[in-house]
Amino acid sequence: MANIGTVSYWDLIKNGIIAENTIFKLALSLCPSIAVTNNLKNGVLMGVAVLFVQTMVNVTIALMRKVIHPKIRLPIFMLVISGWVTVTDMSMAAVFPDVYKQMGLYIQLIVAFASILARAEMFASKNKVTPSMVDGIGMGLGFLFALTVISFFRELLGKGSLWGVAIVHTKPLLMMILPAGGFFAVGILMAFFNWIDIRFFKKSAAVSHH
Amino acid sequence: MSAEFTKLFELFIAASLINNFVFTRFLGLCIFFGVSKKMETAVGMSITFTAVMMISASLSWVIFTYLMVPLGITFLKIIVFIGVVAGFVQASDTIMRKVAPGLYYKLGIYLALISTNCIILAVPLINAGEHYTFIQSLVFGLGSGIGFAIALIIMASIREKLELADVPTPFRGLPMAFVVTGLIALAFTGFSGLITL
Repeated sequence: MANIGTVSYWDLIKNGIIAENTIFKLALSLCPSIAVTNNLKNGVLMGVAVLFVQTMVNVTIALMRKVIHPKIRLPIFMLVISGWVTVTDMSMAAVFPDVYKQMGLYIQLIVAFASILARAEMFASKNKVTPSMVDGIGMGLGFLFALTVISFFRELLGKGSLWGVAIVHTKPLLMMILPAGGFFAVGILMAFFNWIDIRFFKKSAAVSHH
Repeated sequence: MSAEFTKLFELFIAASLINNFVFTRFLGLCIFFGVSKKMETAVGMSITFTAVMMISASLSWVIFTYLMVPLGITFLKIIVFIGVVAGFVQASDTIMRKVAPGLYYKLGIYLALISTNCIILAVPLINAGEHYTFIQSLVFGLGSGIGFAIALIIMASIREKLELADVPTPFRGLPMAFVVTGLIALAFTGFSGLITL
């Protein structure tokens, strides 16, 4: 995906959400995703944080792409990413202190996201600002979508509530909000998306096999 | 002295078993799934990882305590810690190549994978946040390395058998690995409450 050519912005966004969805297809940046998805609010906020960082990093790198020397581009990318993560980290601590207490560490770990680094390298360093921004938004939305789906199921099944509002007045599967449940949820959801791919798009299992 | 030692022991058990970085904190997953397919890669990665972990934990601690706190720039810790890890990995890569080429031949590839690993960044961040002393940081780093090693080795032994099992098509590969990890995580939940702090 080096040059966009005649790919439209809408395609870029669709790509980030479906075809190259960070979590379900590329299986990257999984760590924080499972950790914070035990309820819907945390999952969504984490997704928004990643969306923000991804977009801003893409924009910054695209703006700077002509002046970055190829040999030191990786450290520069890391610097840009850590800068934006620090901004997000501090903003989150100021605006949502109670959520931050639970997932502060994972917000800081956004800096290690292979997906953001890979996107900066593959796309933002080679394309203009607006397409890079749209690509960042697309990938970020894909991440947000994935986190929302995962946390939706985990909170509903584990606590019987959504965003803190009780829907079912029992706790069906407590396990779901434990770490183990996180793994199950992602595994099953990944398999589900694979199944959709196989059934409707006749592709072989699309998740990377490392 | 014995109270201190007990605290160190608790930290070690906490980092390796109770709050195992892979099964309870969900960190280091990318590498975890990538390297756990075969036992030899799992063992190689465990050794490299624990070594890098301990050294970067100590380096970060020294820089944080003696440089960043006095200067009041602790909010830069994310950037600095990543820099420390990346620099250290790069340095050890170069040094190993010259000094111990045999060792490098076996373990060198894991070094590159480690540099953007969540755990490597998480441990110094936790150390800084909890204000551990130097020895405590070191022990915490050691515990996390051992915990990661345990996770890798368990996973590798299972996955080697899993290759031969009859897995439904949508589940093949990564989804199944996740479910298996979930089962192990469930078992590890048994450790919670082992040490009441």
